[in-house]
Amino acid sequence: MSKYSVIGTRVHRVDGPEKVTGNAKYTFDLVLPGMLYGKVLRSPHPHAKILKIDTRKAKRLIGVKAVITGKDTLGRKQGIWRRFPELCDEEILCREKVRYIGDPVAAVAAIDEDTAEEALDLIEVEYEPLPAVFDPLEAIKEEAPQVHDGVELNINVTRHIEWGDVDEAFKKCDHIREDQYKLCSQAHVCMETHDAVVSYDYGGKMTVWTSTQSSYYIQRLMADMTGLREGDIRVIKPTTGGGFGSKFELDSAQFCAAILSMKLCKPVKIVLNREEEFTATKRRTPMYYFLKLGAKKDGTLLAKEVRVITEGGAYTAMGATALYLTGFFSSFPYKYPNYRFDGYRAYTNTATTSAMRGFGAPQSTFVGESQLDMMAEDLGIDPIEIRRKNGMTPNYEVPGQAYIQSCGLHQCLDKIDAHIKERGKLPPNHGIGVSAYGFMSGGIFNWFDTPYAFSAAIVRINIDGKVDLFTGACEIGQGSDTTLSMICAEELGVKLEDIRIHAADTGICPVDLGAWGSRTTLMNGNAVKMAAADAKRQLLEFAAAKMGPNIVYDFDIKDQWIHLADRPERGISYFDIVKEAIRGKDGETIIGRGHYTPHRKGMISPAYSFGVQAAEVAVDPETGRYKLVNVTTAHESGTVINPVGIEGQLEGAIMMAGGYGYCEDQPMDEGKILNPSIADYKLIRSLDMPETEILEIDTYEPEGPFGAKEAGEGLTNPTAGAIGNAVYKAVGVRINDLPITPEKVLRALKEKQKKSK
Amino acid sequence: MKKGLRLTVNGQPYELYIKPKTLLVEVLRDHLGLTGTKRGCDSSSCGACTVMLNGMAVRSCSVLALQANGGEVLTVEGLAKGNELNSLQKAFLDYGAFQCGFCTSGMLMSATALLNENPKPTKEQIKEGIDGNICRCTGYNSIIRAVTAVVKGEYKEAK
Repeated sequence: MSKYSVIGTRVHRVDGPEKVTGNAKYTFDLVLPGMLYGKVLRSPHPHAKILKIDTRKAKRLIGVKAVITGKDTLGRKQGIWRRFPELCDEEILCREKVRYIGDPVAAVAAIDEDTAEEALDLIEVEYEPLPAVFDPLEAIKEEAPQVHDGVELNINVTRHIEWGDVDEAFKKCDHIREDQYKLCSQAHVCMETHDAVVSYDYGGKMTVWTSTQSSYYIQRLMADMTGLREGDIRVIKPTTGGGFGSKFELDSAQFCAAILSMKLCKPVKIVLNREEEFTATKRRTPMYYFLKLGAKKDGTLLAKEVRVITEGGAYTAMGATALYLTGFFSSFPYKYPNYRFDGYRAYTNTATTSAMRGFGAPQSTFVGESQLDMMAEDLGIDPIEIRRKNGMTPNYEVPGQAYIQSCGLHQCLDKIDAHIKERGKLPPNHGIGVSAYGFMSGGIFNWFDTPYAFSAAIVRINIDGKVDLFTGACEIGQGSDTTLSMICAEELGVKLEDIRIHAADTGICPVDLGAWGSRTTLMNGNAVKMAAADAKRQLLEFAAAKMGPNIVYDFDIKDQWIHLADRPERGISYFDIVKEAIRGKDGETIIGRGHYTPHRKGMISPAYSFGVQAAEVAVDPETGRYKLVNVTTAHESGTVINPVGIEGQLEGAIMMAGGYGYCEDQPMDEGKILNPSIADYKLIRSLDMPETEILEIDTYEPEGPFGAKEAGEGLTNPTAGAIGNAVYKAVGVRINDLPITPEKVLRALKEKQKKSK
Repeated sequence: MKKGLRLTVNGQPYELYIKPKTLLVEVLRDHLGLTGTKRGCDSSSCGACTVMLNGMAVRSCSVLALQANGGEVLTVEGLAKGNELNSLQKAFLDYGAFQCGFCTSGMLMSATALLNENPKPTKEQIKEGIDGNICRCTGYNSIIRAVTAVVKGEYKEAK
């Protein structure tokens, strides 16, 4: 029997009944009395000077209440990397220059959406088009147009990571491979597009309802940009229709609605349409990858050298973090004694690239796992074996970078090895490819420069024993409201239905940095556990006083029963003690507080999850088309808090990461995204979805709540690499630029045929 | 120049006065306040706005409300009987067949239409039945498991 009553059990999501009845209210559904509707006018040019904006006609249209341009703002620039002012480079409403097709130049508030749309057509903007640059390799040339003044060679951020003596180590290698890759973009495609309702009142207070991954970031950035005090801005996250990395920066819907509302003292709602969502929000970072890998004959990896140039797009956003993380995770999940990474992020006149689920690691995992398979083949070693030989183990230090405590990589490799053997001899043109990965449980870096703890929670126990849990954590669909409620219930010894969570409302919840970097379960989970423990301790003091046992006994609470830890039958009802404790505290409710910030855990993350995935494909060599037959994942994420949640994360990640490998792309012509609709942007649908199997490995992470660590983003890392390796196993061709489309497979097959003739 | 529209939604008759270009989804969401039906693309390709019109699943973003004149519409709000969830809703809860929930209403309506037409679909037919609905969170397999559970009779419908 499990020692836990709540965690590890299969429960209904706490937001479930509202969601399956259509009753959950998203920002998209909100209507306030007197609310106006806003629309944003965007640049049709990839790069241009704004000479003049004439809004007079638009303002005269009946039903239009306000038209704003960059002149109506404080003219400030913002960004997530607040510690570095030069990286806060996005005005949102451009004043002098536009830098990509979709850059906002004006916004309108009107009585309805149709009128606002009509008004956009009446705004006259005079542009002076400038030469533009779209490819990062072009952007870093001497003669390239400058996207931002004063930024030499358009290089926005550089990153260097190094340990050991790479050059010396390469001399000792028996075999060295050098390979190049080109990685495509990917759109988040949240089902709920970016949207916001902002209400600024006559008292100078602002309330923002918005679909976001971080209420706190939006509050802080909105304060930076409007000049309001942080405390005068209340950000409330209603039910949110997906994030995947796209929703923790201040966006045009939030900012334009805020400026319009400040002008009018009326609520303004802006919902981006699907085309804006594809063209004018952030996206996954395309990268050029240059890899050099050196090994001994026996497969021991001695050195790796990585050079990356990323397409930054117009602004910094979280792209600087993606650059850093792709550099760090290029060393994963192996023990390289010598490693060097040099990364460059170049500004281009394209839509900004930033965070997306996996955050640089899906890129590094695809290229790394592809190259490792090739290395194994060159050396005549089994792909599983080379991973076993070099894979990370518990209590490993990535030199000067990170400390890995729990690590179940080798058990995962064993499970996948057994799985492949079980599949036996495959039919012709079928292949199974393997890919191993690791990922962080939240970032330690604080480029946002928050003075607050990274996560915090408050637990309040009411007279009837019901528990209110307040936390800034953001439920965006990943299940954090459920997981955190489970942690709270377990620690406090009550039932899940005793907990009511109040989350992501900056007016009532303590700060949490938000749902990104796979951080919520570990970081916010620790804060919730600490808050629950604090409240529990207060109850136990009363219980001890009331029961008066020998001082050597410890108390605990389980299933609403407060008892002696070693003598569970000697106890007292939780509900009785709550009543007496509140009376004993002169009527004050029981309040517990908790907070968490990682300390002394290296530079990246307090903990890492690991896994190995095997993808089976069936290729039709006549057409290059292939089917994803089965994707099996051996996975460890420490103690499993919410098993239904993990299964959902895993299968959902396969849809998204499989799409990254298989079909998703954002082709462009002169900076214009050519497929900005769900009809044209190819996603994995139910008929394309492979069978999925999960092989859960037990590990325990000392740093995590009840031993838990991340189980969200990391799962996005392996699939593209596994697909690439599977296609190679099936028909013997390698595609080094994502996505691996049938056209590319067919072309490669034809070239291979030609060569063999 | 507004026109009259008669419509029964979830058993409740309505008479409205609307602009001819008003879409069915706009009538449901904006006029009747039935915001369970979502809009994800406005190009008839994501399925979030799926409702049933006269027993058939339709994309309510691609149907003019006047085309539905005199018709009977069932939306996600009409699935539960009072406060008792129906079988599909219960199965979605049990099998974790949703995460962010934004596609869920449309997904439930497509699955309802499928089961009305074919109470014993195969796994492949279930996949086909929901192929027009995009879910960015779950990877579909939990949805297929939930529908399969209903098909197998794991749930009893409330009377």
